[in-house]
Amino acid sequence: MSRLIEWIDERYPLTKVWREHLAEYYAPKNFNFWYFFGSLAMLVLVNQIVTGIWLTMNYKPDANLAFGSVEYIMRDVNWGWLIRYLHSTGASFFFIVIYLHMFRGLIYGSYRKPRELLWIIGVIIYLAMMATAFFGYLLPWGQMSYWGAQVIVNLFAAIPVIGDDLSVWIRGDYVISDATLNRFFAFHYLLPFILAALVFIHIVALHKVGSNNPDGIEIKKGPKGNRWSPDAPADGIPFHPYYTVKDIMGVAGFLIVFLAVVFFMPEMGGFFLEHPNFEPANPLKTPEHIAPVWYFTPFYAMLRAVPSFAGTQVWGVLVMGASIVILFFLPWLDKSPVKSIRYKGPIFKIMITLFVIDFLVLGYLGMKPATPGRTLVAQIGTIYYFFFFLAMPIYSKIDKTKPVPERVTQ
Amino acid sequence: MSSEGVDLKKRRMLITATAGVGAVGAGFALVPFISYWQPSARARALGAPEEADISKLEPGALLRVKWRGKVCWIVHRTEEMLKNLKEHTDHLVDPNSEVPQQPDYCKNWHRSIKPEYWVAIGICTHLGCSPTYRPDVAPPDLGADWEGGFFCPCHGSKFDMAGRVYKGVPAPTNLVVPPHKYLSDTRILIGEDAGGAA
Amino acid sequence: MKRLIAILSLALLPFAGIASEGPALENANIDLRDQASLQRGAKYFVNYCMGCHSIKFFRYERMQDFGLTKEQIKENLLFDKSKKVGAVMDINLPAAAAAEWFGTAPPDLSLTARRRHGGGDWIYTYLKGFYKDDSRPFGVNNTIFPNVGMPHVLVELQGVQEAEIETDEHGNKHVKSLKVVEPGKLSPEEYDQVARDLANFLTWVSEPVKLKRQQLGIWVMIFLAIFFVVSYLLKKEYWKDVH
Repeated sequence: MSRLIEWIDERYPLTKVWREHLAEYYAPKNFNFWYFFGSLAMLVLVNQIVTGIWLTMNYKPDANLAFGSVEYIMRDVNWGWLIRYLHSTGASFFFIVIYLHMFRGLIYGSYRKPRELLWIIGVIIYLAMMATAFFGYLLPWGQMSYWGAQVIVNLFAAIPVIGDDLSVWIRGDYVISDATLNRFFAFHYLLPFILAALVFIHIVALHKVGSNNPDGIEIKKGPKGNRWSPDAPADGIPFHPYYTVKDIMGVAGFLIVFLAVVFFMPEMGGFFLEHPNFEPANPLKTPEHIAPVWYFTPFYAMLRAVPSFAGTQVWGVLVMGASIVILFFLPWLDKSPVKSIRYKGPIFKIMITLFVIDFLVLGYLGMKPATPGRTLVAQIGTIYYFFFFLAMPIYSKIDKTKPVPERVTQ
Repeated sequence: MSSEGVDLKKRRMLITATAGVGAVGAGFALVPFISYWQPSARARALGAPEEADISKLEPGALLRVKWRGKVCWIVHRTEEMLKNLKEHTDHLVDPNSEVPQQPDYCKNWHRSIKPEYWVAIGICTHLGCSPTYRPDVAPPDLGADWEGGFFCPCHGSKFDMAGRVYKGVPAPTNLVVPPHKYLSDTRILIGEDAGGAA
Repeated sequence: MKRLIAILSLALLPFAGIASEGPALENANIDLRDQASLQRGAKYFVNYCMGCHSIKFFRYERMQDFGLTKEQIKENLLFDKSKKVGAVMDINLPAAAAAEWFGTAPPDLSLTARRRHGGGDWIYTYLKGFYKDDSRPFGVNNTIFPNVGMPHVLVELQGVQEAEIETDEHGNKHVKSLKVVEPGKLSPEEYDQVARDLANFLTWVSEPVKLKRQQLGIWVMIFLAIFFVVSYLLKKEYWKDVH
């Protein structure tokens, strides 16, 4: 075996990669619960790709055949139901995991220097995920698939001057049709591989600067020497075996939750598999409520909250876009002298608590039909969302911080 | 930090246990992905056994039935045809049907359940064309020795009235006899024998 | 941090009330393990419903999953003798003609129980909810499907119901109660059973693998519990090294 490894090492940096990125990659020893979600996101990505490819073996991306092919998979193909539920549940869990992963970044300042680029790559990954999910949702060709896509593509029609032509170009037709379905299928198949490449780049960026930790302390700047190596950070431990073993346990725990949903409640009360989508797409019949899947609803609420102005609806589209673009700027908005919430003052703690509640409330509002009352709340919610970011340069400076310890705490 | 003894035995045991349980889980997880490739219920329905009514099949006539996308024949053989089957066999490659091209209950001189009805898949064992039915004896194009059988126009393979392949032709084996059974004297079910569906 | 999480969990409360909307549904007591009910439901379906409604994603042979044999299916439930038992339960009613007769083509019912909020309960309430309404083309209306285009196919069993309609303060009318005014062949309890069997059957049809999925899930959970324990012990053992 060691001869084989030698042979490979002469031709490929196998042992070098093993050492630098696993056995001798020193990660902070104080990773907590919030640090599981990166590896879990990778697990879910693999799940989506594998189950997705398997589904493709029987799915038909044709407007007349798509819906029937999904039912064919659910009923006639051996174990097709399981592959389908793994894929649909996986899509929702991908977003649950990623939101928790992003939240970790938010509270521990994982976007701060020197990790700004790491954070930016992450936001690009988030965008790629949203695009993948959007394209994928059309594929079952249910009522919600069709009308949801219709609404979202029409957003592009709101752009002045070029809007209508642009949306026809995107659709490949005057309405969502077979042409749209086919190209969305192509994109849905393509994007996950771009995503995988981005994840690789994300990890390269991470390993260059080293991981952050719940205390926000740079372990590389601290004392050197631990029980595994005299040069490594004192508060670091080799990723392998400690975090490999911990992540395996994390996977086991995650699978319990994930597979419980798959086997016992794959529809999740209509959140993961929407009721209207069990009816084939009907271009002549608009459903009572059109709402995106739960993971998009906060942004949908913001979109709807912005009123029409100067004869165009495009402002809502711009605000919705801005709500994601603003994430890119986070590293430069946080002026706090400390990274982690543990050492930040009460202002940040209140702001972020309100932010989470705000995100959830916007999410709820995005699921419901708009009423004047709800629209008002959504408007307040949208304003607060931007306030959290735009006011950050100010409140992060005036917030009272606590002294940051020299060494990581457990 | 003192370097206390690491319980290597325990670690090895736990690694083995985790890896073992993990491998079992991975094995179970693999089953759906592999089984998914097998024919679906739709394929099985389309490939379901096909029933044929032979009540109107005259002696010497051939009935075509489609099963699993393949053309199948039911031939009502005459006394003369059956006599020829028994008598002349030295021009055949496999007169006793040693090669398993037929179910066990058709490994006999007439390669069928009842001698007078022969069921076969009408596909030449050379390259897959469908042979022509030539029950006529000693026609000009097939020669004086021809006692009736099947002639494949693609590359000239010849088979007798029990689908047994002649020597010196491209086809290597006898025509395939599918699993089948009699539902009654006038109904044959192709694709299923007494042991259940194929 | 713990306080933060507690506060955040409270924010999830509004989501509890999202799903339910629309008029109240009666409880059909759907039980997919009640094979006798499913078999009766299949019988009622092919006899009363399949003239107009297909369940084209469901194969006849799948009725074996709730205790029928292939022969029983072929003899009692498969009326089109040119079809084999592996065939899907599709019908020949041309959609265009049906749309003319009924206003809209009778939909395929394979997924109705998953499409409608309340699933089997919706179907049950629907079948029990027909009442006399002379303003409608077929003389009937329905409590949970206002102005439905379907006639009361099961009227010979249930009889004719009349609705007591009340108007609320906004001027909206709704059905307060229903009463059988002309009895059918069955008593109300017997008809309830028919409606329930049909709802049960259609719930089964909407996801035939449901019971098996749940049963398999139990084994998966047991396995994962073992795997979690073993991987936890492994983690704990290695992390003894880390102080």
